[in-house]
Amino acid sequence: MILSGTAHKYGKNVDTDVIIPGRYCNLIDPVELGRHALEDLDANFVKKAKPGDLIVADTNFGCGSSREVAAVALKGAGVAGVVAKSFARIFYRNCINTGLPIFECPQGVDGINDGDKITVDADNGTIRNETTGKEFRATQFPPFMQELIARGGLLRYVEERLKEKASAGERA
Amino acid sequence: MPRPMTQTEKILAAHAGKASVSPGDIISINLDLVMANELSAAVAITEFRKIKGATKVWDPAKIALVPSHFTPNKDIATATLSKMMRDFATEQHIENYFEIGRGGIEHVVLPENGMVGPGETIIGGDSHTTTYGGIGAFATGVGSTDIAAAFALGEMWLRVPATTKIVYEGSLQPYVSAKDLILRTIAELGVDGAIYGALEYTGPVVRDLPISGRFTMANMAIEAGAKNGIFPVDAVTEAYCAAVGKKNYTVYHSDRDAAYERTVVIDCTSVEPQVALPWLPENTRNASELSDIDIQQAVIGTCTNGRIEDMRQAAEILKGQKVHPSVRAIVIPGSQKVYSQCLKEGLAEIFIDAGCVLSTPTCGPCVGGHMGVLADGERCISTTNRNFRGRMGHVKSEVYLTGPYVAAASAILGHIGGPQQLEAAKVVA
Ligand code: SF4
Repeated sequence: MILSGTAHKYGKNVDTDVIIPGRYCNLIDPVELGRHALEDLDANFVKKAKPGDLIVADTNFGCGSSREVAAVALKGAGVAGVVAKSFARIFYRNCINTGLPIFECPQGVDGINDGDKITVDADNGTIRNETTGKEFRATQFPPFMQELIARGGLLRYVEERLKEKASAGERA
Repeated sequence: MPRPMTQTEKILAAHAGKASVSPGDIISINLDLVMANELSAAVAITEFRKIKGATKVWDPAKIALVPSHFTPNKDIATATLSKMMRDFATEQHIENYFEIGRGGIEHVVLPENGMVGPGETIIGGDSHTTTYGGIGAFATGVGSTDIAAAFALGEMWLRVPATTKIVYEGSLQPYVSAKDLILRTIAELGVDGAIYGALEYTGPVVRDLPISGRFTMANMAIEAGAKNGIFPVDAVTEAYCAAVGKKNYTVYHSDRDAAYERTVVIDCTSVEPQVALPWLPENTRNASELSDIDIQQAVIGTCTNGRIEDMRQAAEILKGQKVHPSVRAIVIPGSQKVYSQCLKEGLAEIFIDAGCVLSTPTCGPCVGGHMGVLADGERCISTTNRNFRGRMGHVKSEVYLTGPYVAAASAILGHIGGPQQLEAAKVVA
């Protein structure tokens, strides 16, 4: 999968309260959530971001609450993926589980400016800054997570495990 | 002989059916308890329904559902989320559903009902699920899809965390509580200082801490980015388990020669009452240095400091005093049991006479939900655990994190200050 769009760059410790404030956590619909994505960090984000754009951020992106709607809100706003130096762990899991592509790439973050055009090859983790022509490589996911993503996310994995368990139960 | 392991590694190995595990291993563990609140449950239930082959949860007795965030429901949207969870509990025969008036905030409710114990594995659809490390459990927060998967399977995959050991040495000064220690610790580590890792709280000061203080400190492990925070199991833990009727648990101790990623020593003797300034829990300063910061609201309660010991600390300061005319003080016992105990001990009367609002148990203002949302430019001193931008309301409002002593003293002073500054102000007056 190739992701291509404008980079919107932010700093360290972008927390889930600014990704989607608590006052909107009574919403479930991705599109409604998306209207408020990053509102408390950058009130213009929703206006300037076009579908397919990417977020580029420093360390500990997504720290704070376990609210899965944070990942959903970004998807709802049309964000195609997030490139960061590091991710907070619950957010990291939530992205894998909900299918928001994320890339850990410290050099890439330093080599991309706000507004640069970037292209990411999600399959091999290559990040290309089209504005400067520089290329970077994201950290590979551990094999287990690659398989999870390849199988179509956590719930598909659960379905297979349930079948395994059921047939083991039949044999027992 | 298996390799030497930390307490966290031992619990994970036992629940993965392995002789040993090492940091970085990706394993699947069996879960002893899966918890969700009305926000995480609503999404989790929606996801659960999408799993082909899953009509029933794996074990209704090992699931706990606690409405807590926007309770009593503040609007139609939150009432709908709560109803989804209530209906799911009925449909799936989940008996550990804690209706309002019989429950409270999840992280206060579960321990006091004997639902968490040493050596157990607990996940919750809430980042502060780390709280149960206070009793020596492996406990961590996850998102709703992980909860849906756990509802179906009773299992979860995870990467074994490397452990950072924190050693608390020295002794505690007057009015210095567990909250001050954890705020110091986060300042020391930074908000991403323990990212993907485990924190193990040790040392002589920890041995003297009541279980309530241990819950406070484990609660905020996530504020250093940690996967879990854990306390050694000792006589204090065992006495608490006996008191709440928790039986049949396994005690794991870290091996003497276990490998730690890092060891951090904190000299508690030099720790004064702490306050974390906006916008991160790591921006910690001494309360005594912040007297020029006026406040308009004080919040005492939540999953961090909503236990009876916290209420007693606040009442000790507020007894016979009046909340400053320009401050709204909101006291929220963390559970119905704590609320009832406040009445029995006369603490409720102290709060009310001092001019505080005494609320029924709820997360309320902590997440900017209701019961004390802040306006543009307002400042709140709070015993909660997060001071991110807009956390308690308007994006230009500010939250200052502290323990119950400082929150109560500041409510009386009208600006930030601890009990010592309050005493000094009384002398001058
Ligand atoms: S009190 Fe605050 S931090 Fe604790 S569970 Fe409720 S919203 Fe979360």
